[in-house]
Amino acid sequence: MKLKGTQILMKVLHEEGVDTIFGFPGGAVIDIYDQLLKTDIRHVMVRHEQGAVHAADGYARASGRVGVCLVTSGPGATNTVSGIASAYMDSSPIVVLTGQVPTHLIGNDAFQEVDIVGITRPCTKHNYQVTHIEDLAYTLKEAFYLARSGRPGPILVDLPKDVMQATTDYKAVKDLQIRTYNPTYEPNMKQLPKVVELIKEAQRPVVFAGGGITLSGAFEELATFARKIQAPVTTTLMGLGTFPATDPLWLGMIGMHGTYRANMASGECDLLISIGVRFDDRVTGRPDTFAPKAKIVHIDIDPTSIRKNIPVTIPIVGDCKITLQSLNRLLDENGLGELGGKRQRWLSLIEEWKETKPFAYEQKDVIKPQFVVEKLYELTGGAAIITTEVGQNQMWAAQYYHFDRPNRFITSGGLGCMGFGLPAAIGAQIAHPESLVVDIAGNGSIQMNIQEMATAVQYNLPVKIAILNNQYLGMVRQWQEFFYERRYACTAMEHEPDFVKLAEAYGAVGLRATRPEEVESVLNEGLSISRPVIMDFVVEKEECVYPMVPAGASITEMLLV
Amino acid sequence: MRANMNKVNEDEKRHILSLLVDNKPGVLARIAGLFSGRGFNIESLCVAETTDPLISRITLVTIGSMSVVEQIEKQLNKLVNVVKVTDFTDAPFVQREMALIKIRAKPEHRAEILRTVDIFRSRVIDVSSKYYTVEITGDDGKVRAFLNLLKPIGIKEIARTGAIALAREKT
Repeated sequence: MKLKGTQILMKVLHEEGVDTIFGFPGGAVIDIYDQLLKTDIRHVMVRHEQGAVHAADGYARASGRVGVCLVTSGPGATNTVSGIASAYMDSSPIVVLTGQVPTHLIGNDAFQEVDIVGITRPCTKHNYQVTHIEDLAYTLKEAFYLARSGRPGPILVDLPKDVMQATTDYKAVKDLQIRTYNPTYEPNMKQLPKVVELIKEAQRPVVFAGGGITLSGAFEELATFARKIQAPVTTTLMGLGTFPATDPLWLGMIGMHGTYRANMASGECDLLISIGVRFDDRVTGRPDTFAPKAKIVHIDIDPTSIRKNIPVTIPIVGDCKITLQSLNRLLDENGLGELGGKRQRWLSLIEEWKETKPFAYEQKDVIKPQFVVEKLYELTGGAAIITTEVGQNQMWAAQYYHFDRPNRFITSGGLGCMGFGLPAAIGAQIAHPESLVVDIAGNGSIQMNIQEMATAVQYNLPVKIAILNNQYLGMVRQWQEFFYERRYACTAMEHEPDFVKLAEAYGAVGLRATRPEEVESVLNEGLSISRPVIMDFVVEKEECVYPMVPAGASITEMLLV
Repeated sequence: MRANMNKVNEDEKRHILSLLVDNKPGVLARIAGLFSGRGFNIESLCVAETTDPLISRITLVTIGSMSVVEQIEKQLNKLVNVVKVTDFTDAPFVQREMALIKIRAKPEHRAEILRTVDIFRSRVIDVSSKYYTVEITGDDGKVRAFLNLLKPIGIKEIARTGAIALAREKT
């Protein structure tokens, strides 16, 4: 069958079950867009290519499927870089299709030419430029396979215009074999009995879970495991929702802005079972003092995560779900005996920490940002999909909204990419049209991709944006307050748009709360409207996120309220 | 490249890594980018096709502690285009480097140059009225020793390969 490059692309997209593409047209991709018209694939036209990538990322994380975006060459391609880097850090499966100038012009500094493969090499899992149409189908199939398998990640495929216009004999790709790529799913079974032994010996175990649980779909297995061994559970920011926040074994998030009890537990535990985490510096604090009394088990599908930052007692390379299933089976066979009594002292110590040092704020006459998030949690019954921007808003969302299921908290964790929340909410809303999707935003971050309001309105995506507006770049201001003697260099947002009018200008709804008693009614009203809504909460200007571990300090050395 | 090649910390060691990689455009850039992006050292690097035209062999010399080299190997293995990574350091292997050296050949030095060349089983491959160009092959220690002996005589320029290596077979 003779097919054009653009037709082959559509065929592969269909085979891969792609129903939505986030994109922005341009000269180098006109042919692809022309072909796209003839398919039933939904195209969501963003207003900036960075938004397309974050939206594809949000779609991927909310749905567990591969997110796809399509942009043109040159500036279209370079605008995707922040989004790709964010997806890379957070292991999000996306495929980015970039147009490219015709092959005979490549290297000529042609109009809208950029070496996007070179630019994105360090921030993609893998990338390609297709220079021969014969390679097109296979490369695209490989791209999707790489994006979702092993440790997922973004894949970029650069598509020169002439390759897309060319014609070839198309044969469906049946057999995908990449001899150089074999992710290890099955753990080394010899390691598992050692873990069981450590669990038996442990007096003060902690389970430490991360985004790998979400990606491998190991939510049930993790809960079974933790309850079986009666160990309290903490997670990374990326792991929020992988263990029910309503469970008595829940410690809360660990790290720079983690809970007092989670951070203390990491300092006191004698066994840390780490699953699907990578020991980021925001988690460990000073690495040589992290979990100083613990033997550490580390389960991860990516061998490079293991022993990168932290020495490990038992390394296990494998898929989190498969490994936990095997461990659970082994624990059933072996029997742990009566654990309840053995763990009692440990669990009651944790209860003490819980009582003495909760997150704390006092709601007086100015709206506290924490109060807004807490109210939002109450009013939505914890059922919303939450995306965040980056900074204080992100940390308060993580601390005060509680998640009982994975794929509900969508945030730019590793890269900390401001401007993530709104486009990610758009992607999540498309993946789950019936769900309530709320972007918990800051006044700074929201302005980085505010143009996507037009996208939300155009496609009638009823995303809700709750701006915790402190008129500062709050997190940097907080650092300046703590560590730079309150010299607020360039962190005051001296001029800001009227977010209510801005919402209206985009054709969305704008609401504002300036007093604590208005918070609930604004939330109630905003959440009940089936259109995009910006809720501008004018909050305490110099509120700080607590606890806080100063950069480079031990994780147990927290600044408290 | 490393600023101070001679300073090696106690736990740091020279490792010769042999990589089999896809013989495709951009693969070398991926590997070089990995080293520069993550702050790993490259002492030397040699690349050429193997007998299988789809595969190239890269011999790469790096210096690092055990944990750094472990991370380097894992990161290399993670690259989709890398087939195999072997660290020769703790196994028997043979290694060679080659250098071409252009030496100022004043009449009073010619005999000494030729003697040194002879001792090192080196060869003169080009002669002009003022210069000899010699070729030497050996491990890095031999090449360095040869260069040290010739330096006082006057080296005009040199071109060196990095190390290439293969594991020894059992006898």
